[in-house]
Amino acid sequence: MLSQKTKDTLLGPLNVNNPVVVQILGICSALAVTVQLKPALVMGIAVTIIVAMANVIVSLIRNTIPMRVRIIVQLVVVAALVTLVSEVLKAFAYDVAMQLSVYLGLIITNCILMGRLEAFAMTNKPWDSFLDGLGNGLGYAMILIIVAFFRELLGAGQLMGFQVIPQGFYNFGYENNGMMLMPAMALILVGCVIWAHRAYNDKEGK
Amino acid sequence: MEHAISLFMRSIFADNMIFAYFLGMCSYLAVSKNVKTSAGLGVAVTFVLIVTLPVNYLLQTQILNPLNLGYLSFILFIAVIAAIVQLVEMVVEKYSPSLYASLGIFLPLIAVNCAIMGGSLFMQQRIGLADADPKAITSLFDAFVYALGSGIGWFLAIVCLAGIREKMEYNDVPKPLQGLGITFITVGLMALAFMCFSGLEL
Repeated sequence: MLSQKTKDTLLGPLNVNNPVVVQILGICSALAVTVQLKPALVMGIAVTIIVAMANVIVSLIRNTIPMRVRIIVQLVVVAALVTLVSEVLKAFAYDVAMQLSVYLGLIITNCILMGRLEAFAMTNKPWDSFLDGLGNGLGYAMILIIVAFFRELLGAGQLMGFQVIPQGFYNFGYENNGMMLMPAMALILVGCVIWAHRAYNDKEGK
Repeated sequence: MEHAISLFMRSIFADNMIFAYFLGMCSYLAVSKNVKTSAGLGVAVTFVLIVTLPVNYLLQTQILNPLNLGYLSFILFIAVIAAIVQLVEMVVEKYSPSLYASLGIFLPLIAVNCAIMGGSLFMQQRIGLADADPKAITSLFDAFVYALGSGIGWFLAIVCLAGIREKMEYNDVPKPLQGLGITFITVGLMALAFMCFSGLEL
């Protein structure tokens, strides 16, 4: 069903062409929503849906958009989708929507969206664009989940809000690392993820 | 007046766009290779912030709130930002070609800088706060002050990072960590330093 090219479009962004750690897109929200696993998961899903849909829509109308105003057209498409997603989240998952606060609205200016729309959807067919959007969204979600996993586990001893580090550890003097919940550690953790990713891929390449 | 000063200082240090909220991170990392261009971008961001925030403030309080159209705010804000960036670009090109030449490429990119949109969205949240709250934005002047403070905070952050990166050129960094990785860790350490402002009571 999938040829080699479409496979690359879909799976490339997960590793070798990852939007966060290789293309350096969408850093702002990747850092801000990763204090806990749950908002990170919701954010990852929201971005995946929006990138995929926006890619399809822009790809469908790509031949009718005048070059000079394309940025505004793309922004309006994205803003409309983000408004939809945020209203849905407010209706069905109000507390998560509140936790994400402004970062939900900031998906509009998430560079992954504009980057993929400009670089891919404007020049490719809808189906390929859909796969590209899906791949990039998942690549983004993956990094979010990795960072959030470590931050929540080490910072609060929890995963998805459930205590996973047993009470016995605390009795022996184990303490949660409150630093992990600070913004600064998000940056350092992403730095480490990039380090590991590059070291791994360099070895593969040789 | 006291409220405005407190708002101003908080938005530079305690609520710094980069170190506390990670807004505008993409261009922050991409354009911080040398001090001169990063200062140019910092000025441009500050300028666009102080124009768009008051406009969006009026839009929110005079049009969206009375008509209960809050859900349209994303589309309207981004349209205002895009339009104003376009306008600023044309005005700068006409009246100050030298400034235009030095900012040239960054100007259009500012439309999708999260710091601008983030500023508007934070302002939208803060409009509803009580007057006594030090974070509240209750007048057009407050919105202006908040924009100015956020812009200066962003400017400060990007110039500092550019200075450090210029020095770091000569350091011996492990190969996979070179470039982006070490930059992230540097920003993390800078954010740690800025955290000491977070308890600031003004």
